Amino acid sequence: MSEHAAEPALEPVRQSRVDQKTRYKLSATDKFISVVIYTLFSLFALICVYPFYSIIINTISANDISARGDVVFFPKHIHFQNYIDVFKIPGLGHAALISLGRTVIGTSLTVGASAFLGFMFSQEDMWARKFWYRFTVITMFFSAGIIPWYLTMRSLHLTNNFLAYILPTVVAPFFIILVKTFVESTPKELQQAASIDGAGTMTIFFRIMLPICKPILATVAIFAAVDQWNSFQDTLLLVTDSNLYSLQFILYNYINQASSLSTMVNLQNAGSTAMSSLSTKQTTTSIRMTVTIIVVAPILLIYPIFQRFFVKGIMIGAVKG
Amino acid sequence: MLTYNKRSTSFRKFLYISPFMILLFIFAYYPLYGWVYAFFDYTPPIPLSKSPFVGLQWFRSLVENEVKVDQLLQVIKNTFGMSGLTLLFSWLPMVFAIFLTEIKAVRFRKFIQTVTTLPNFISWVLVYSLAFSMFSSEGVINGMLRQLGLTDAPILFLQSSEHVWITMWMWTTWKALGWSAILYIAAIMGIDDSLYEAAHVDGATRMQVIRHVVLPSMLPTYFVLLMLQIASFLNNGLEQYFVFQNAFNKDSIQVLDLYVYNLAMGGGSYSVSVAISMLKSLISVVLLFSVNGLSKMLRGESIV
Repeated sequence: MSEHAAEPALEPVRQSRVDQKTRYKLSATDKFISVVIYTLFSLFALICVYPFYSIIINTISANDISARGDVVFFPKHIHFQNYIDVFKIPGLGHAALISLGRTVIGTSLTVGASAFLGFMFSQEDMWARKFWYRFTVITMFFSAGIIPWYLTMRSLHLTNNFLAYILPTVVAPFFIILVKTFVESTPKELQQAASIDGAGTMTIFFRIMLPICKPILATVAIFAAVDQWNSFQDTLLLVTDSNLYSLQFILYNYINQASSLSTMVNLQNAGSTAMSSLSTKQTTTSIRMTVTIIVVAPILLIYPIFQRFFVKGIMIGAVKG
Repeated sequence: MLTYNKRSTSFRKFLYISPFMILLFIFAYYPLYGWVYAFFDYTPPIPLSKSPFVGLQWFRSLVENEVKVDQLLQVIKNTFGMSGLTLLFSWLPMVFAIFLTEIKAVRFRKFIQTVTTLPNFISWVLVYSLAFSMFSSEGVINGMLRQLGLTDAPILFLQSSEHVWITMWMWTTWKALGWSAILYIAAIMGIDDSLYEAAHVDGATRMQVIRHVVLPSMLPTYFVLLMLQIASFLNNGLEQYFVFQNAFNKDSIQVLDLYVYNLAMGGGSYSVSVAISMLKSLISVVLLFSVNGLSKMLRGESIV
């Protein structure tokens, strides 16, 4: 505690030489501790960032060098051909549309439903409110298991069906708790006043609560969007139709079979130009890494901007959940 | 008239939410009906209605059939091993938070926090892709080792059957550590300043402040999270292990969730897989009730 050492007057009674000696020694330890803390955290931060950095510099380096694993610290022979070529892979553009579609539609529905249900569960005069609230929240704590889930979804014809991406996440207990907590923190008088003025439940929700809830809904939206974009398991279990493959699923397939794709793109390029030199010729590595960057780019772009929303979300959730 | 009005509003409010309750019923409760497959000899494409009822045959096979018992024991060992590692190091986010808040340079601290929470927001497929780019035979790490002249042949990190539990734990930690620390950071921010001042006045050293002021105020959070972790001891999830599994590490990477998936989607043994799923879910619920009871007993507060 350096500030403490600077103010010895705070405790004149216990001011002995021995104390001062130990304090001096300890402040040296403190400095040592600081150095260790800074080093360890820097190291961990590096481990967190480097994989992303590495892949980015590899995708813009000459493909023959990146394929050997020789791009380590800086890009070599920068070019951007990979980002043009990658869209020649059949299905990638379509998968991007599917991922985008499920993220936009799924997130809107989840946010809307969470706002409405969070608001409704705060309405004390609702019939059997406590029961329905528990009925909702308790689903966070059990699950039938993936195979029973798969079998029942199939019996409902939700396999190879775009609805299977968006319907199951519409009612999301965690988000409902977040909104309900928020609504309950707003003054009751707002709703009472509107009610006296003759506003019905729906008017109160749309005209009064929805605008007030914007901050928490932004948090919910960002969480829901990341979940939708990252979702992989539902495609794995429920989808065999390649028209419904999401980007995540396609990336997983590419990691395992990128070699055939690179050959295909190279064949396409060979016909059109003579410039497919070694450095821009697609390799398994270049295809895999470029697709990875395309899949991770939305997260990398929105994350720094919305980081505070994520943090806020988990804090409120922790208080109540 | 008034009471009639009140009652009708009250019920109308329920009607508004009823479509959502139906959705919730379909996607959260109806899958429990899938458990009936455990009591039939179900082999697609023959529908369940035409499959023979076998009672508890599949459950019995789990303890009687020797091949199955061996497999299941290995899977349970893996599940316990990996969940055990997670429990063993469950204090890590707390320590991370303590030392992160010890950093007095605000911008550096913010930077570290932002950067270390990022991996939490990418999917396991992406984690695998990063892992592949780093650790495959022509990956960056092998490139580095070769350039430094440390290795002749590439090290096959991902195809190794050794240390799988530890590497899986490391990936989980890499992904989640920064994020899990946030709750503890919030707890530290909530500590009353007067406690620090009192410690200063008493001449406490930095480590003493951490031990006697910071740590005790985080223990309630730690306790709750630990209980929740114990409750989900059997639920490692599928995605991480699915994306990292290959022919070489299959024996030591199969946790219950992955085993159940492989049995059904890979081997077509739906009924036996559902039986295991069902047992797993039931045990998880019992675990949850137990830790909740424990929490009530120790802290007088339930966690769910």
